[in-house]
Amino acid sequence: MTDAPVPVTAPADVKRPARGRVLRALTGRAVVAPIAAIVVFVVLWEALVWVMGWPNYVMASPSDLPPAYARYWELFIVMGWQTLWRTVVGLVLAVIVGVGIGMVMGFSRTMRDALYPLLVGFNAIPKATVVPIVALLFVGQHDFNTVLIAFMISFFPIAVSVSIGLSTLEPEYRDILRSLGASQATIFWKIALPKTLPEFFGALKVAVTLAFIGTNLMEIVSPHGRGLGALFDSGKTNSDYPLMFAVLIALAVLGIVLYYVVVALEKTFAGWAERAPH
Amino acid sequence: MTDLIELKGITHAYATESGPLPVLDALDVGVPEGGFVAFVGPSGCGKSTLTRLIAGLMKPDRGEVRLHGAPVTSPRSTVGMAFQNPVLLEWRSILKNVLLPLEIVPTKLSRLQAEDRARRLLHLVGLEGFEDKRPSELSGGMRQRASLCRALIHNPEVLILDEPFGALDAFTREDLWQTMHALRAEEPFTGVLITHDLRESIYLADRVVVLSARPATVQHIMDLPPGPRVLDDLYTPEAAERLNVLRHQIEVAQGREPAEAAPSLPPGSAAQGMH
Repeated sequence: MTDAPVPVTAPADVKRPARGRVLRALTGRAVVAPIAAIVVFVVLWEALVWVMGWPNYVMASPSDLPPAYARYWELFIVMGWQTLWRTVVGLVLAVIVGVGIGMVMGFSRTMRDALYPLLVGFNAIPKATVVPIVALLFVGQHDFNTVLIAFMISFFPIAVSVSIGLSTLEPEYRDILRSLGASQATIFWKIALPKTLPEFFGALKVAVTLAFIGTNLMEIVSPHGRGLGALFDSGKTNSDYPLMFAVLIALAVLGIVLYYVVVALEKTFAGWAERAPH
Repeated sequence: MTDLIELKGITHAYATESGPLPVLDALDVGVPEGGFVAFVGPSGCGKSTLTRLIAGLMKPDRGEVRLHGAPVTSPRSTVGMAFQNPVLLEWRSILKNVLLPLEIVPTKLSRLQAEDRARRLLHLVGLEGFEDKRPSELSGGMRQRASLCRALIHNPEVLILDEPFGALDAFTREDLWQTMHALRAEEPFTGVLITHDLRESIYLADRVVVLSARPATVQHIMDLPPGPRVLDDLYTPEAAERLNVLRHQIEVAQGREPAEAAPSLPPGSAAQGMH
């Protein structure tokens, strides 16, 4: 991302007609490089399967996927949406709770000492083992369970990054406002919160991928599940290997989309943290 | 002259794991209204504690800080502060950084008037044209200039400077000393400066207070002739003599030299050992 084209301020850019700029943006490194990487990856994958002579039940090749998408496109849209909204709800919860815990731990040394072992212990538990417990605990509450697992797996990095961001705030920053009689809340909104945003977004990028893992764990494991995880599971049951791979690719696409949503948010709210390249 | 800031019998200790660490011991000192007092002393003698006490950021164990005769018990908006670390907010432009205190302190200025004042201050310190830049685009000296403007934007009665030029190179530092005199000519404030640099203290202040080693008390007070100064004033025999006296007092404060050793040394040997 640091390679993103420098916006319009680049002197060479200023006088170019708009059409030229759009063309340049589309042919820019930031767009061409990742697409080229994806094309190379797909070609290598296809070649590997072809050279090894693997049948579909060992490994499907990229050329098997379009038929799978064509056959099940309605399912992909419905299930993909289910996976997406649960993941996003889980993430939103993770942000709210993670920031809350991070604030408590960031501002109070005692709370930091008290909560860290608990948090680390909780995070160390493989969430795959929690899935059946949750499924039994709230039988039939499939949406709720899925959101819960997505939340549980993804709040930890957010809590840790926020607490570190707040606890490492130099005292002078506080003193500048405190010496003017500002309240703790004002100091938080004007200084602590914006200063923590870069760390927060770094953690959110990690949390996005984790949340997808959480959602799919639940969707795959729980009987009569929904979402892409359930679609994957049905592909497995029916020995429809191209379908399984098609689901994996769809998940990857959703992950990439959500990741870039976070990147866009980061550019909007914490773009100042990105230094101009020298 | 009446004292705007009075420190009366200030005694303070920090709680540490190995028991209380006394930093200030029955400190009595005053800062006259409109004056500029520099505090110098051995490292770790509690100078920064002094600034936090004057700013009302903390309370002494014993004794009283008075501002206009009234005891200081909490922070007040009539104080401006600048530290060695300029602590500018990276997500704001320089202009918005300078305007920050006015978002906290009640002000009669309209937004436009406030911006005008900020621009005038930035002009005064030589930062015109940098209003819309981010702090990361500025050099260390320029950031410190912006930090001074922020400390002054709300017309504080008292400007507290805690080693503001300590991290700058020698030339930048001398530039900023001159900027301080320019600011003083334009903005009425009472200054408290904490510094390690004796040349800085006699160049900027009307009065230099030497603090003793921890727990600090007043070791020596030197009054200087008032008025704006030029850098050449630092290279006169009088300046050399003053520096020598101060240096000697610091050595006494550190316990490296007995107090009896006469502080009035011949001017010729004075410039040595200053750096």
